[in-house]
Order: sequence, then structure tokens, then C-alpha cells
Amino acid sequence: MSGVKITNVGKAFPKEDGTATQALAGVNLEIRDEEFVCLVGPSGCGKTTLLRIIAGLETATTGDVTVDGRPVTGPDPKRGMVFQEYSLFPWRRVIDNVAFGLEMKGVGKEERRKTADRYLEMVGLSQFRDAYPYELSGGMRQRVAIARALANDPDVLLMDEPFGALDAQTRNRMQRELLSLWEQTKKTIVFVTHSVDEAVYLSDRIVVLSPRPGSVREVIEIPWSRPRDRTSAGFAEVRRKVLRMIDESENTQ
Amino acid sequence: MNRQTQKRLLGVAALVIAAVIWQIIAEYVVGRSFILPSVTDVASAFVNLLGSGTLLADLTASLEHFGIGLIAALLLGVPIGILMGWFRVADFLLDPIIEILRPIPPLAWIPFAIIWFGLTTQAAGFVIFAGAFFPILTATYSGFRDVPKVFVEAGKVLGCDTSLELIRHVALPAAIPAIASGIRIAMGVGWMCLVAAEMFGVSNYGLGYQLWHNYYLHQMPNVVVYMLILGFAGLIIDRIFRNYVERQLLRWRAGEVA
Ligand SMILES: Nc1ncnc2c1ncn2[C@@H]1O[C@H](COP(=O)(O)OP(=O)(O)O)[C@@H](O)[C@H]1O
Ligand SMILES: [Mg+2]
Repeated sequence: MSGVKITNVGKAFPKEDGTATQALAGVNLEIRDEEFVCLVGPSGCGKTTLLRIIAGLETATTGDVTVDGRPVTGPDPKRGMVFQEYSLFPWRRVIDNVAFGLEMKGVGKEERRKTADRYLEMVGLSQFRDAYPYELSGGMRQRVAIARALANDPDVLLMDEPFGALDAQTRNRMQRELLSLWEQTKKTIVFVTHSVDEAVYLSDRIVVLSPRPGSVREVIEIPWSRPRDRTSAGFAEVRRKVLRMIDESENTQ
Repeated sequence: MNRQTQKRLLGVAALVIAAVIWQIIAEYVVGRSFILPSVTDVASAFVNLLGSGTLLADLTASLEHFGIGLIAALLLGVPIGILMGWFRVADFLLDPIIEILRPIPPLAWIPFAIIWFGLTTQAAGFVIFAGAFFPILTATYSGFRDVPKVFVEAGKVLGCDTSLELIRHVALPAAIPAIASGIRIAMGVGWMCLVAAEMFGVSNYGLGYQLWHNYYLHQMPNVVVYMLILGFAGLIIDRIFRNYVERQLLRWRAGEVA
């Protein structure tokens, strides 16, 4: 069981002038084990902040987050994170980037490389194991970052617009690959995106956040099986519905 | 003929021409070895010095002074730079002290170097340390300040749970290029301090000391020999370091290097 329970979470960032930016207020959300959830919402509504609070990189001002019933108090390898910007360590070869978490756990060199190789194979980059990150394209770097997060065998995988910087074609391919990884590893995934199309393609449920201060505005179940057809009428309808929701809230700001 | 050999050939040709012009001016225009020793004067002085065996001893002495100063600067500069770059409190605490000490020209330490250490290798080493310490400290400090936040956070979520682990596995490797270029600057400054320290009598050996000593003896061809050796040795040290660093860093840093 690796459910995430977010109860009444609020976050205020103090500003220089003594006031505060209220990024999140009263967020309540329960994410089931092995669920794929996408967070969408107007930019600046606190998606990244919420994800970082789940990761333990940021502390909530109010409320709390539990994973698997245990409160989140700080970063933990049990919650893997894939960042929006490229986060591979440029001084480490691909294989040693993927093995980093295991190295921190004290796993021996042979063993951690074997495990890392397995995850590299899963993301289809075995032939780049000895390359340095600068030799990889943007899409490959994010695949390695995913492999690096998975190699720690986390309960939850947190992803912050991981494909945001990629071109449309690469992006679609990465989405398919991510779904296949998810099916193989059965992780709980919380995925932030500003692309509604991506959210409809990927998620079991789409969580639409309201503008700042962000809170859960609507949760939309998508019961369809995968792979999904982006060109179908149903797909277009859900996409339109979510888009309208985000637009509306943006206009009432 | 490719570009590289063309460059080499032209370089050598220019050197030969410069030497010929130097020789002509020294011999026919100036005519006094004391004011401007000619190429041949310098060459024969070089041969004599080689024969006397002091050259190697002085080079060794200078390298020893340099090595002591640089190693001390590394041993103190890197850790203090790390402390100040990573821990805010250490920064606030040490910064005022550093700011007061840094602008003092390294050579101003010579009197105290002599009083504290006497005319020893350590005294010369101390002056070089005074020159090399701050570039290393500053480079380490800013290298640590500039570690991208996302690397540190990636380190945290991947299981680094102490500052020590984060420094060792994330921040230090990320700061290595900055530290390396700081060391390179420090070596340049240190080499200059070396000559001055030895000239000002911190030691009775070394290339700088001999340069000054030969000036007192009015042996100007010898002075030129020492000048050239100082230049060459500095150049070679810099090249060796740069090549080493480039080989290490080029593997992961395409293009730009210290
Ligand atoms: N470290 C921070 N300090 C101050 N304000 C922040 C910080 N991080 C985010 N914010 C503010 O919180 C709000 C939400 O930001 P973010 O979570 O990045 O939004 P999103 O990812 O949905 O675009 C924004 O107004 C942003 O300026
Ligand atoms: Mg964001």
C-alpha cells in the first residue's frame, strides 16, 4: 500500500516586505496505491509546490501529507522525483547516475550496477550506459532521470512536467513509454503537467487545481483502458471540459 | 602543410628572428653586456650555471617553496571555502575576517614570515600561501554557492541525508571545475609571490634569490638566465596542471574548461 493522503495542506511563502504569497490553501486529496494521477491547473497555482511538499522538499504551512500512513517529514528515497529541469549529475556516467540512489544506500558496486543496468534497459538506453549526460538528447536525459528514480524502488513517483521541454513527437513517445513502465513497476505516480492532452492520455484521475491559492477544484475520473486514442470523440470532450475549467478559473482571477 | 605545423613553424621562425634582432641590438647598438646581455652571453652563462650544478638545486628549492605554499593553501582554502559556501553561519562568521585579510598584498607578509619562521623553507612557503590561499578560497566558495539547486534536491530525494553526503557526492563534484580554475589562478599568483619572497630575502636559495644575488654581483647574463627559467617553469607548471584538469574534466564537460 502506497497511497498518498493530503489533508488540508496550505503553503505560504514569506516575502521580503513581511507579507506572504499564499501558494496553496486547504488542499485535500487522496491518491490510491498504484494510481496514476495528473495535477493540472493555471500556471502559478501551486502544482510544483504541492509536489515538492509530497516529496518533502518543502514543508506545508498547514495540514499534513502521509504516504502509506506515515507522515512526510523530509525527502526520502521512498518518494522518487523527476524534475522539470535536467537534473542528471553531469560528472557521472549514465550508469552511475542511475546507480546513485543505491550507492547512497550502501549497495556494493557490482550489485548496484547490475540493478542500474536493468532499469536502463527498461527505459531503452542500455547502449548509453557509459555516456555522460551531455552526450544525450533531452528526451534521453529524462528517461535516465526516470530510471534513476525507479532504481531506488520508491513507493511513489513524483514527476514535475518532466516532458515539458520536449518536442511533441518525443513527448508522445515518452508518454507511451512511461505508461508501459508504470504497468511494469506498478508505482503510484503523481504527475504535474500543463498539457491537458497529456493528462487525459495518462491519468486514472485528473486533479484540476484552482488559481492561487491553489486548492482542488475538481477531480475527473478517466476510466478508459490504455492505450488511449487521442483522436477519439470522448478524448476530445474530456480535454475540452478540463480546458474550460482551467480557462474559467484563469479568467475569474 | 596543415594549420598546426604551419603555426609551429611560424612560431619557431618568429623566435629565431627575435633572437637575431636581440643579438644585433645587444652587440652592435648597446654594446654593453651589463645593460643588455646578448643571446650568446646568456647562452654561455646558462652553460656555466648548468655546469656549476646550482641551477638544479635552486630550481628544486623554488619548487619546494612553491609546493609547500600551494599545498597549505589547498588544505586550508578548500575546506574553509566549502564551510563558507555551504553553511550560512560559517559564511556570516568568517566573511568579515576574510574581507579584512584578503586585500593585504601577499608580499606584505614577508616581514612576519621571516620573524615567525626565520630564513626557512616554511617562511618562503608562507608568503606563497598568502598569495595562493585567497584565490582558492574564493573559487571554492563561489563554486559551492553556484551548485544548481536541482542537483542538491536530486541528491536529497535520492538518499543523501546529511550535509556531509551532499557535499561529498553532489556539491564538491559540481564545484570541481570552479575549484580547478581557482587553483590555476592561485598557482599564477603563487609563482609571482615565490620570486618576490625569495628576492626579499625570505630564503638563501631558489631562483628568485639567485636572480637578486646575481644582480648584486652585476652578473646580468645570469640574471637573464634566471628570468627565463622562472618564466619557463611557471609556464610548464601551468601547462601540466591544465592538461591534467582538462583530461579529467573534458570527459564530462564538453567544450568549456578551467
Ligand atoms: N520558493 C518560493 N519562494 C517564494 N514563492 C514561491 C516559491 N515557490 C513558489 N512560489 C510561488 O508560489 C506560487 C506557486 O508556484 P508553483 O508551485 O511553482 O506553481 P506552478 O507549478 O503551478 O506553476 C507562485 O506564485 C510562485 O511565485
Ligand atoms: Mg511548476
